[in-house]
Order: sequence, then structure tokens, then C-alpha cells
Amino acid sequence: MSHKVIIPIGPYHPLQEEPEFFRLYVEGERVVDIDIVIGYNHRGIEELSEHKHFDQVAFLVERICGICSTSHPFAYVNAMEDLAKIEVPERALYIRTIIAEMERIHSHLLWLGLAGHFIGYNTVWMWAWRYREPILDCFEMICGNRNHYAMMKIGGVRRDIEEQHISFLKKTLDEIAKAVDMFKGAIMDDPVIKARLKGIGVLTKKQAIEWSVVGPTARASGVNIDVRRDDPYGAYDRVSWNVIVEKDGDIFAKTKVRILELYESISIIRQCLDKLPKGEIEAVVKEIPSGEGIGRVEAPRGECFHYVRSDGTNRPIRHKVRAPSYMNVASNKVSAVGGTISDAAITLAAVDPCYCCTERVAVIDKSTDKKIMNGWQLIELSQKKTEIIKKIFSKNK
Amino acid sequence: MDFKLKALTKSLWVFHAACSPCNNCDIEILDLLTPRHDVERFGIVLVGSIRHADVLLVTGVPNYKTKERLKKLYSQTPQPCLVVAVGNCACGRIMFRESYNSPCNVDEIVPVSLYIPGCPPKPEAIIDGVVKLISKLKTKC
Repeated sequence: MSHKVIIPIGPYHPLQEEPEFFRLYVEGERVVDIDIVIGYNHRGIEELSEHKHFDQVAFLVERICGICSTSHPFAYVNAMEDLAKIEVPERALYIRTIIAEMERIHSHLLWLGLAGHFIGYNTVWMWAWRYREPILDCFEMICGNRNHYAMMKIGGVRRDIEEQHISFLKKTLDEIAKAVDMFKGAIMDDPVIKARLKGIGVLTKKQAIEWSVVGPTARASGVNIDVRRDDPYGAYDRVSWNVIVEKDGDIFAKTKVRILELYESISIIRQCLDKLPKGEIEAVVKEIPSGEGIGRVEAPRGECFHYVRSDGTNRPIRHKVRAPSYMNVASNKVSAVGGTISDAAITLAAVDPCYCCTERVAVIDKSTDKKIMNGWQLIELSQKKTEIIKKIFSKNK
Repeated sequence: MDFKLKALTKSLWVFHAACSPCNNCDIEILDLLTPRHDVERFGIVLVGSIRHADVLLVTGVPNYKTKERLKKLYSQTPQPCLVVAVGNCACGRIMFRESYNSPCNVDEIVPVSLYIPGCPPKPEAIIDGVVKLISKLKTKC
């Protein structure tokens, strides 16, 4: 009889931000099955939203996730503008795009740092988070808060980007572009990182489509989707940029997609700052008619979808939210199974799950159903593997 | 007891329990460890197990699932232990007060020694809070 072990990861995981619980079933070192338990982060946002008026909901949906705190309100205001057929001023569209792309830069750098930590490269973690700080400074300058920007408003944006902010923003972008160059060199050319990430946690194109993954996870598997291009919102159809697609579907491809997307984001912000038209930043919205509307936004993790139905009063009677991690986390069921436990931590983290929503994993012995490892030990195991590979590489030299 | 409290004023080991937060406070806490703020200078370290910790850091609004987990975590903490509530959610549930999945405040589950409000509190505010906590401990022992 085979000897199966269950390893629990989570819910109180020391690093990831959202709570979710993974139960890895292992035989020896192989992961044979995985259970994903979520719900540790359920706060009843959809129901709460039905008790708030339309203007308040923007603040509520902002607090679904701290990292995508522009994507959710952005999708929500898109849905409301679809519902009420509101024409948004040009300047507001550009400002929204700038904020959304700044968020993508900070989110991708954050992921890069955490991924570095998971494979034992704490230097990458410290670097990435160090270079993320200037972006947060820009946010603080524009919106007054480092996170939770409160920029989105039905019909426009709440605050303007002023003339004196633009030069600081451009200077920061130059700094970040240099840092991304460094990351690209340090990560893409490092033989140890390559050995550690190439061919690990593969999600083929067919599997990616079957499991309906979205965002960088799908693009790394060769699925060419991006809401920004397929269904343009904001000012994305007014600037030129590329959708980054990789074929391999492994973690290295996912890392590559995210690093290259940083360049695209920087270029989009620069173009928007140059083209920023003068004028109003919000349209006057007097009344929300009855009807329904949908809003889609490409969040840093993939497509974020909001549906709002109104019956003509001042509150939504139904508000449905689908976050990208909901689709991506499930794909771990194929990408982590078949790999080794030491690769599990990075494979589970590679989809960039919003752990505030998903923070738990465990490894369990399948014959005895005993928990033998927690998330922290799993990360240690992953870091040890990198050390071993490092030693092998230095011997070969 | 006094001796143990005195030991707590030297180097705080922190365990971070996220009770259905929105991630932001959690990111700001991790941010404290990275080069700009680097609280490891003061001996503050994030640890992987509650049994090694002096401080239980709570973020977010506890829901029915995390409420039990938080109780369990607190009972496993070596005493004396300080509980720090970071963010508006942990301090008073703000807009999630009316939610069907939000049974109570953090301080109704575990005794809280320090509240740091803010959405999310700035890293400077968190450091300031911890400094105040340590100076208060010093007056006690």
C-alpha cells in the first residue's frame, strides 16, 4: 500500500498576505493531490454592498484587497458607467490608467520579492521591496495614502494629478526602469534561479484554458488574453503597448511575464503623462437609473469582474464580484500535483494568489492523515533546495 | 512577572495572525522588515510559530472561521504575551460591523494591549505604537 502523507500549509502562514489553506497529499516526496480550502477571508462584501449607496460602495470594494485596491473600484465604476451610460471626461480616463498601471508595478514588484523569498533569495525580496517604496511615495503624494488610494468615483476621479507631481513621477519611473533592468539581468541570467524555476509547476496551454486561468498565469501558458486590449477601458486604447505572452507555462515563464510587464506599465504611464489632456476630472452624476451593468478590469493578477444591478433607488440590489485569484488558485490542482514538496511553495505562490483571501496550506500523510509540516517548514525546504543547487553549480565551476 | 515583562522590552518576536484582512496592513507589516524601515535593527523579528512569539499581531475583522483560530493561537502563546491590533478593522471593524460574517471585535476574543488605527497605518505609525508600548512596559517593571 502506498504511503501518503498530508502536509498542511496555512492558514497562519508567515509571509503571504491572504489566508487560505492548502492540504498537500504526498507520497514520499511527490505531491499526489491537493485540497484547497478557502473562506478564511469571507467578509460578506457583496451583501454589505447592497446596504450602502452607490458612492459608498467604491470605498467598500476598495477594501476587498489591499494590493488590487484600484482594480476593484475601477471595475465597479466601469460597471456603474455601463449601467447609467455616463460619459467620463478624457482627463479622468488618463488619470485612472496611470493609477492602475502604478498599482501593477507595485504589485508585480511585491510578488517578485515574495517569490525570491520562497526560493531562498532574500536579497531579491529586500531589493524588490526597496524599489517598490518610491511608487508608494508617488501614491502618497497624489492620493495622500500609501495604499487604498480612493481615486475612483462614478463619473470620474476624486483627485487630480497636478503639474508638480508629474516631474516627480517621471523621475521615479526612471529610477524604477533602472531597477527593473537590474532585476531582469539578475534573475533571468542566474543559472541557479533558472535551474530552480524552469520546468517547475508547468501549466500547459490546454490546462490553462480548461481551468479558465486569467492574467499573467494564463499569458505565461501561451493564452493570449488581456482585458486591456480585448475590451479596452480607461485610456488603454489611446496608448501603444504590447501584451506579453510566453509559451512554457512554468514558473520561470510566469516570472518573465511579470518582469516584462513592468516595462510595459512604465511605458504606458509615460505615454499617459505626456498625453494627459486638460479639462474636467469628473462628470456630474445626478441619478442612477434602473438596469444592470458589467465592468471588467485587468488587475495585476488577471481579469476582475463586477456586475451591478440597480432598481432605480440609491443602492445596488445585486453586486457580484469575481476576483482573478479565484480562478488562478484552483489551477494549483494541476500545476502542483506531480511535482516535489520542495517546489510546492513556489508553485502555489506563482499564481500570485491574494492570500488575504487564501492563506492556508498543509502537507498530510495520506495513510495516517497526520499533518507533518506547516507552511513555514515548506518554505525552509524550498530554500534548502536552492542551497543544494547553488552548491552543485559552484562545484561545476 | 516583572522580570518576564522586562525581558519583553528588549527584543520583540512577533507572530502575525491575519484574521480576514484586506492585505494592506499585512503588507505594511512586511514593509517594516524591508530596507527603508528595517525594524530588525531594534530586535523585532517576524517568527513562523506562535510558540516562539512575544507579540501576537492581529489584522482584519475576525469572521466565524478565523475567530476560533485566533482563540486557539492565543491559548498557545507563551505568557506574558502582548496583543497588538493593527488597522481600523482590528481596532473596531469599521464598515464590516454590519456584515453577517463578522461576529465580534478582536478585543472581545483576546485582550488587546495596543491599538494602531489607520487604513492601513503607515509604517512610521506602527513603529511609533510599538515604541509607546515598550515605554509603557518599562514603567510597569
